[in-house]
Amino acid sequence: MTNFLEQTFNGLVSGSFLALLALGLAVIFGLLRVVNFAHGAIYMLGAFGAYVLADELGLPFWAALLAVPVGLAALGMVLERAFIHRLTKLDPLYNFLLTFGLTLILQDLVKARYGVQSSPYAMPSALSGSVDLGLFEFPAYRVFVLGTSIAICVGVWALLTRTRVGMVVRAATERPELTRAFGINVGRWITPVFGFGVALAGLAGVLAAPMRAVNPLMGADLIIVVFAVVVIGGLGSIFGSVAVGFVIGVAQVWAEAYAPESWRALIAQTLPFVLMAVVLLWRPAGLFGREEIA
Amino acid sequence: MRRFAGPVLLAAGLLVAVWLPNGVYTGLAVDLLCWALFAVSVDLLLGYAGLLSFGHAAYWGSSAYATGLLAVHLGLPFPLAVLGGALTAALIAVPVGYLAVKRVGIYFAMVTLAFAQMIYFIANEWRSVTGGENGMQSVPRTLGSVDLSDNYYFYYAALPIVLGGLGLTWRIVHSPFGRVLVAIRDNPARARALGYPVHRYKLAAFVLSAFVAGLGGGLFALAHQFVSLDTLHWTTSGKAVIMVVLGGIGTLWGALFGSSFVVVLEDSLSQADFASPGLITGGVFVLAVLLFRRGLWGTVAAFLRRRF
Repeated sequence: MTNFLEQTFNGLVSGSFLALLALGLAVIFGLLRVVNFAHGAIYMLGAFGAYVLADELGLPFWAALLAVPVGLAALGMVLERAFIHRLTKLDPLYNFLLTFGLTLILQDLVKARYGVQSSPYAMPSALSGSVDLGLFEFPAYRVFVLGTSIAICVGVWALLTRTRVGMVVRAATERPELTRAFGINVGRWITPVFGFGVALAGLAGVLAAPMRAVNPLMGADLIIVVFAVVVIGGLGSIFGSVAVGFVIGVAQVWAEAYAPESWRALIAQTLPFVLMAVVLLWRPAGLFGREEIA
Repeated sequence: MRRFAGPVLLAAGLLVAVWLPNGVYTGLAVDLLCWALFAVSVDLLLGYAGLLSFGHAAYWGSSAYATGLLAVHLGLPFPLAVLGGALTAALIAVPVGYLAVKRVGIYFAMVTLAFAQMIYFIANEWRSVTGGENGMQSVPRTLGSVDLSDNYYFYYAALPIVLGGLGLTWRIVHSPFGRVLVAIRDNPARARALGYPVHRYKLAAFVLSAFVAGLGGGLFALAHQFVSLDTLHWTTSGKAVIMVVLGGIGTLWGALFGSSFVVVLEDSLSQADFASPGLITGGVFVLAVLLFRRGLWGTVAAFLRRRF
């Protein structure tokens, strides 16, 4: 039982990264109708940003936690203005392809500078201990990751449902023409929302730096799992993306822990895609998606 | 004038294909053949059915492994091994295609990509069969008593299979079946209203495309006498899409030009010991999508159409 709760907790932590990435992807898709293939590369840049700030400027984790997402948001807005904006009138496939090309470039730029081996990133000292959560002790850093992720998901949800900006964004997501007819300038929100979504991916990267190997390909395979998450959750749905992100994280860790020994890695890795197959059979638009947003 | 354009092009293309290993080094010539089939298979879907498969490495790679296994364990003559590999790829494409065609557009791309990644993981973990990260070594290429150890002779032995695959694709897109695919691409609702089972047509196109990709992947395995996990990786799928976009979507000639361009580019980068090929291929891709969406062949064809 102890072990089971511990595994579940680890699954939620691992799901935190998936949820943050899927959330950013969903926010961007909502307003721009763009699936950002470069999301995994941005996550990788977030982790490298933290590494570079610590290694070359001696800045602590907390500074990176703030500075890196802000810097990446700026980069994202530049990319949106310079490239993605030019393709908005065309088939969304072109943006998918464009961001794929950007992914190759970003990965190779980092690879050329820092090599393919992992760069070490120290755990922030304030979070290196463990926290007693009643029944068990958990590593403090993992509690912090989970707490941050949940706080941000709830915060984004509140932003979208409780504020005027959020209402405009949601309205523009669902009925762009009608929103325009009300005299609201939808186009003005596109660039900042893209920047915001990118910042979420960057934040996930910074959070991952002390826990996972920081290397140029760390986002490459993760982004495909995130795609499976949003297909399962329904790409139009913020709630679906976040919830399924956590569920997949837990399911993968359970598989790692409880599947028959020699099958563990295989089951854990293919599980998101098997779940995706099941959902596609049963609800092609995703668990929380609506049919009209294809 | 236009009446002669097709046959003249075809004759010129055949001459180039027959002459090729005398002009470039033979390893590159064989690679050009394999990738041409891969790119054409992606264009069959993207250009004619309007379906962006971002997971076609699954069929290219699974055929490479199946062909390798058939050659290693059964010692089949290489055309049969390739055929077996391509049929395996087509078989895998049936369930994936069945699920993927339930979604359109960007969703279709993500679903095909996700299933391809699943196959990648399976190949990675199933070490006893695939060799895992070490890949499958020393794949033999046999054809009775004919000596194919030299790439020069293998090129000419493989050429009929490649031309067969290209001819098959040409036949598919110019058949009534191909016309229906174009109709579905342009207006799925109207095609459905006319009584065409849209999903079934898309699935058929998907499986045929996987078969053609599989022919290329099987030959690729034999050409290198080695199968690596790279053949299944998503960047390989992306590379095939780059080739099609660069050559011009919806023009089979474009896929041939695009694949040749990318293969030659990557070859010259590796000859020059350039360590970051993704920088160049990614950059070419971004430029093609931003500025050059008709692609190499599409631009030339549009120009010729205006002039004549």
